[in-house]
Amino acid sequence: MAAIYSLYIINKSGGLIYYKDYGSAGRMDTNDSLRVASLWHSMHAISQQLSPVSGCLGIELLQADTFDLHCFQSLTGTKFFVVSEPGAQHMESLLKFVYELYTDYVLKNPFYEMEMPIRCELFDINLTQAVQKDHVTFLGR
Amino acid sequence: MQFFGVSEISPSPPAPTASGNNGHMMYVFNRNGVCLLYREWNRPLRTLDAQQDHKLMFGLLFSLKSLTAKMDPTSAVEKGNLGMLQLPGQGCSFHSFCTNTYKLSFMESPSGIKIILVTHPRTGDLRESLKYIYNLYVEYVVKNPLYTPGSPIRCELFNTTLDQYVRGIA
Repeated sequence: MAAIYSLYIINKSGGLIYYKDYGSAGRMDTNDSLRVASLWHSMHAISQQLSPVSGCLGIELLQADTFDLHCFQSLTGTKFFVVSEPGAQHMESLLKFVYELYTDYVLKNPFYEMEMPIRCELFDINLTQAVQKDHVTFLGR
Repeated sequence: MQFFGVSEISPSPPAPTASGNNGHMMYVFNRNGVCLLYREWNRPLRTLDAQQDHKLMFGLLFSLKSLTAKMDPTSAVEKGNLGMLQLPGQGCSFHSFCTNTYKLSFMESPSGIKIILVTHPRTGDLRESLKYIYNLYVEYVVKNPLYTPGSPIRCELFNTTLDQYVRGIA
């Protein structure tokens, strides 16, 4: 299984509502993860503005020397992005699955307020299982 | 000794990855963010005027470089604050990003020259191609005694060779 370093979920305003670290060597504190998430929100918007053809939906994959960043944006503007090792496969399927978990365990939670940080125990449990599971099972969904 | 012979440019160009002209545009910036070159081959959508577009592109690249250096998950050293100015080659840098409509490939030389090539999203890895373009820049621009460093590039030979090469790779 490819290494997944961290997962972020940001709301449509760019605020960080979920952050999970799965083993980065460089520890990021809470303030840094908030800043990184907000910066990614801005970069995503600017990349749409610089597109040479119309219909651009923003950055889907950022490739760096030591990691890849895969991003999925839902129709309502919530962004899910995962930092993985370079060349990791099936990250798009994983992000779609995280989106399903988000809709099932967060949005259907009557105690969850929109745009607020996610503190749902069932979401955490299922997300941990999904990240550790073999990704091939995602292809059959 | 032959002083005025045509020098062989090395490394040799990588094999073309696709046929047809799918390059959109190319930028070259220097260390201070001045846009030295803007070449456009296929750009139907235009949201800003030229100067603002160049500034926005440089700002995007600067921030993305800062973001990737901060987000580097394999380095345990203290990385400093976001947005802190970094030397070229220092820290983890990105080399490309992909959207549903285009792919942007990026290269920065140790002297701070940034080369950006925007192509269609299914383009493969262009890092070797950008290195070759940098060699073209060195051969036709830096070695041109009429060129002043920091000023926009107006070398017709460089433009012609660049267009010819980009048509072959993208």
